[in-house]
Amino acid sequence: MSTSARALVTDNPLTPALRVYEYCATGYRRIWRGSLFSTFLSPVLFLAAMGLGLGTFVDQSSNGALGGISYAAWLAPGLLAGQAMQTAGFESTWPIMGAIVWDRTYWAMLNTPVTIPGIVFGQLGWIATRLALAATAFFVVMVAFGLVASPLGVLSIPVAILTGLAFAAPICAFSATQRNDQGFNALFRFGLTPMFLFSGIFFPIERLPVPLQLVAEILPLHHGVALARHLCLGDQADRSDQLVHLVVLLAYVIGGVVACLITFRRTLVK
Amino acid sequence: MTSPDQPALIHARDLTKRFAAFTAVDAIDFDVAPGESFGFLGPNGAGKTSTMRMIGCVSPVTEGTLTVLGMDPSVDARRIKARIGVAPQQDTLDMELTVRENLVIYGRYFDLSRREAGRRADDLLEFVQLTDRAASQVEPLSGGMKRRLTIARSLINEPSLLLLDEPTTGLDPQARHLLWDRLYRLKQRGVTLVLTTHYMDEAEQLCDRLVVMDKAKIVAEGSPRELIERYSTREVLELRFPEGVLDATNGELDGRLDGLASRVERLPDRVLLYADDGEAAAVAVHERGLRPEATLVRRSTLEDVFLRLTGRSLIE
Repeated sequence: MSTSARALVTDNPLTPALRVYEYCATGYRRIWRGSLFSTFLSPVLFLAAMGLGLGTFVDQSSNGALGGISYAAWLAPGLLAGQAMQTAGFESTWPIMGAIVWDRTYWAMLNTPVTIPGIVFGQLGWIATRLALAATAFFVVMVAFGLVASPLGVLSIPVAILTGLAFAAPICAFSATQRNDQGFNALFRFGLTPMFLFSGIFFPIERLPVPLQLVAEILPLHHGVALARHLCLGDQADRSDQLVHLVVLLAYVIGGVVACLITFRRTLVK
Repeated sequence: MTSPDQPALIHARDLTKRFAAFTAVDAIDFDVAPGESFGFLGPNGAGKTSTMRMIGCVSPVTEGTLTVLGMDPSVDARRIKARIGVAPQQDTLDMELTVRENLVIYGRYFDLSRREAGRRADDLLEFVQLTDRAASQVEPLSGGMKRRLTIARSLINEPSLLLLDEPTTGLDPQARHLLWDRLYRLKQRGVTLVLTTHYMDEAEQLCDRLVVMDKAKIVAEGSPRELIERYSTREVLELRFPEGVLDATNGELDGRLDGLASRVERLPDRVLLYADDGEAAAVAVHERGLRPEATLVRRSTLEDVFLRLTGRSLIE
């Protein structure tokens, strides 16, 4: 056996991450059809109910409060960012718990040349792919509904991915500290759902009491919503504002990745 | 066991693992030579798994020296892992993937090409007799099949050293014998096996040499035969008595077994008499007017060695 025991170990730090990514993709191949269907279904439902249904109602009574833009067009980019957050929430909780506690796949990986950074970057890379698929589907539906005014709107796809990662990275770090999934229900109920409702997706955060406005501005979702909306509506909002949104989202991603490297190691290397 | 031309595959001196205030492995020394089949025998909690995890480079050494394949796990973990196979105590198979995919994906972690990983997967499925289940999901497999798949997976990188943590725990006798047979074939091919077990029969079947661990320390070392010769007699006479006779407060047996055997162990449910001639001891027991419910003469096993060394049974 020894002569052929030449399993290569490259020193390329990217290789372990690529292998972990490949593992995630292999699992997804099994379920991609059903997943693709729901990926398109969710934006259609949301835009039909909120945009067209509620939107018609809002447009009739708003007397141009949105500056001549339909409520559906104003809402859609926010929903795009909000859906990225939801997708990130699901992809960063139960699957991580499964890989640590239930199926123990991460433990199996660590018996091979796969490293902790490989697991973290591979898993987050895969989540980014899921976010890209969901955001693209959402954007296609927005275009189909005629809700994208500017060609720059296509950039709201990478913005949605970034928004998703601003949640995925810190949530993955949190998930790695959990021994059971009870904390996840609390995360959704007291974290993601309120954020979805009060981050400027459905109404401008300026309508919130000032303290809540500040909270919304500290949290990442508002920044993703605002950025996606600027891009889709093609309004010439202050460029420096957009830079701030971008920096806040990036800060959450970077902080979350660092936290992942710490909590994954703490849990998996004992 | 080691000589200059045959350097140890694993070399440990004062190897220690502590978790906060708890010492799981307490300054143990051992060497494993290439081609050897080496066992850690001991009850649950003796420190076997912690030792295995340090060898497997997934658990940092707290103190002492450890080299695996001539390398230091704290420096060369990835290089060591590339050349060892690990079958952990708890199966870590992926339930979302098929039997074959489990092997191929695992091979990819070792940077094998898809084609090579696939070729090896097919060979290994043949080897562990799971070829007809290649396309099936993992979930419905029996415990023995999952175990075999775990072992097949640990061989995908053609390791020179295979670490098996409790390879047959929880399996029925037939599944155990099949697994032992496969492990024996690996040993014949020159793969070094290191395993932990709390089954004495497994240690006797598989190990050329073993250490007995108890409470984080190594309490004895040798081949199964050597250990039995050193710490036990050739035969053992087991006596079962009617209920009550063995109670500590009941003096019925006091003194009446003296001189019948080189050592007498009183367990909660039976008495063990260590004698080179068990039959003769049984006759002597009857001559003294004792009437056990059942008598059994058997050969000494590692269980007796363990009892002698620690005063406790392996499986409580």
